[in-house]
Amino acid sequence: MTEASKQPGNCCVPAADQKTGTDTAGRDCIASGDTALEPTAGRGYEPGPKPKPSSGPGSGGFSMTVRKETTGLSIANAAGPDSLFLAPDHDAGEPCCGPPPSPRSGVHERPGYKICRFVEHFIETPAGPVPKVKTDTGFHDFLGTLSARSGLSRNNYKIAPGLYAAGNPDAGSPVLVTANYKLGFDKLRSCLKHTDAWILVIDTRGINVWCAGGKALFSAGEVVREIKRSGLSKVVYHRRLVLPQLAANGVSARDVKRGCGFEVLWGPVRVEDIGAFLENGMKASPEMRRVTFNTAERLVLIPVEVYFLWKPALWAIAAAVLLSGIGPDIFSPAEALRRGAMAAAAFGTGILAGAVATPFLLPWIPGRAFSLKGALAGVVCSVLLLPAFRGELTALEAPALFLVCVAVSSYLAMNFTGSTPFTSPSGVEKEMRISMPLQAGAIAAAIGYWLMAAFK
Amino acid sequence: MDGFRYFEGVATLAMDENACVGCGMCAAVCPHAVMALQNGKARIADKDECMECGACAGNCPTGAVSVTPGVGCAAYIIQTWIRGKNIPLDAKCC
Repeated sequence: MTEASKQPGNCCVPAADQKTGTDTAGRDCIASGDTALEPTAGRGYEPGPKPKPSSGPGSGGFSMTVRKETTGLSIANAAGPDSLFLAPDHDAGEPCCGPPPSPRSGVHERPGYKICRFVEHFIETPAGPVPKVKTDTGFHDFLGTLSARSGLSRNNYKIAPGLYAAGNPDAGSPVLVTANYKLGFDKLRSCLKHTDAWILVIDTRGINVWCAGGKALFSAGEVVREIKRSGLSKVVYHRRLVLPQLAANGVSARDVKRGCGFEVLWGPVRVEDIGAFLENGMKASPEMRRVTFNTAERLVLIPVEVYFLWKPALWAIAAAVLLSGIGPDIFSPAEALRRGAMAAAAFGTGILAGAVATPFLLPWIPGRAFSLKGALAGVVCSVLLLPAFRGELTALEAPALFLVCVAVSSYLAMNFTGSTPFTSPSGVEKEMRISMPLQAGAIAAAIGYWLMAAFK
Repeated sequence: MDGFRYFEGVATLAMDENACVGCGMCAAVCPHAVMALQNGKARIADKDECMECGACAGNCPTGAVSVTPGVGCAAYIIQTWIRGKNIPLDAKCC
C-alpha cells in the first residue's frame, strides 16, 4: 500500500539509503535530516499502549539516542543479534564501562523510521496515533531555517504530510491546514503555544503555501487526498478546515467541499494572526487579509536571491577574463587577470545593486518598473565603484564597466519581481519587453568598448 | 498596498456583475483587497492593485470573476517566450 508510505512524525529513511524516493503518487520523499520517507510498513499498525514515562528521560519515553541505535538495518549488520535486544532498563546495575545504558525504545519507534525532533509524543485517536508537535522551536530548527533562507536546503526542506496535533486537541478542535515546507510548519507550530488544534500537512513537495498554490501543488485535490489518507473524519466530528488565505490561488473551496464534505474557512495571511483569528470565532479582520512587504520581509529574501546567482556569476566572470585578455598580442594572460578582475568587480557591484540594494531599498528608489529601480541603483553603485580603479581605467574602459554594472543590476532587480507579493505577471512582461533589449544593448556596448580599449 | 504600486492598466482582472451572486468569496481571498462587496454584489474596487494570483477567479462559484493568473518572475516569463505558454512550473523559477 504505497499510499501509506509516509508517516507524519516519523522522520523517514532507512539510514542506509538517504536518496530521494518517489512513491506511486509521484511524491518526493524526503532526504534531508528531518524528513521521512518510509520503507515498507503500512499505516495500519496496531496502536500500542501509551509509552511509559517510567522508561527514562523525555516524555513518551523515547529518546533520539536510543532510536538511532536500535532502528534501521545497520544495527543488525554492525553488531550481533544480541544487540537487537536493548539492555533492560531496570536491573542493569553498574555497567562495566561507559555510561549507564539508555532506556528501552518507545512504543512508537518503528524499524526504518526516525521520530522527528519536533514531536513531543503521540496521541491515540480513532485514526491511529497522531504525533503531537512541540510548540517551541529549537536551535536545530533555527539552523534549518538559516539553511533554507540562505538557499542551501531551500528546495528540499520538508516534513512528512499527514495529521499532527498541537496542544491537546479533541474531536471538536479546529483543523489547520498547511504546506509541508518545514520553515512554514515550524512557524505555525510556534504560533500555537496556547491553542489546541489539529494540523493537516499537505504534500506540496516542500514548497511554501503561496508558491505551492501558484504552482497548483497546494490544490483542492491534494487537500482531499490528505484528508482521506489521514482519516481526519474519524478524528474530528465537525467538517470544517482552516486554510491559509494565501492557498486560495491553488485551492478551490467548493472543490474541497465537493471532494470530501469539509467546508473551507480562509484563515489569515500571516500565521502570527492565527490565535486571534480562532479567538475571534474564525473571522479575519481586514488587516489579516492583506499582505505586507516591510523591510524585514524583504531582507530575509536577499540571501536566496544572491545564492542562486553563483552559477551565472562564475560563467560571467570566466567570460570577462577571456575577453579581457584579447589584445594586440592576440591573448595576454597578464591583461586577462588585471582587466578581468576589474570586469568581475563591476559585475559583482551589479549583483550588489540589483539583488541586495534594490530589494532592501525598494520603496524608496523612484520609479515603478523594477528594471528602472535596478538601473538607478546600478548607477549609484558604479559611481561608488569606479573611483577605486582611478588611474587604471582608460576612457573606453570606464563606460564599459559602468554599463555592465547598470545592466546587471537592472536585470536582477527585474527578476526580483518574482519574489514580491504585489507585481502582476502582465506588468512584469510589459516591463521586460521594454527593458530587456536595453539591458542586452548595454552589455553589447560594454563588450565593444572593452575590446576596443585593448587595441587603443 | 502600503508604499507599493506597480503598473496601472495592465491587470487582466475582469468582472461580470450579472453573474455575481454576492457570496463574497473573492473579497475574502484577495490579498490586496481588490474586490469589495457593495449592495450584495462584488465589484472591482482597485484594479491596479491586482497581482493576478488567481485566487478570486478560482473560488468564484459562478465564474463571474476572471483573470489570467501567472507567476510574475522574469526567469519564468523568459521560459514562456522560448518554450511557449504551457510549460510546467518547475522549481527553477521561484
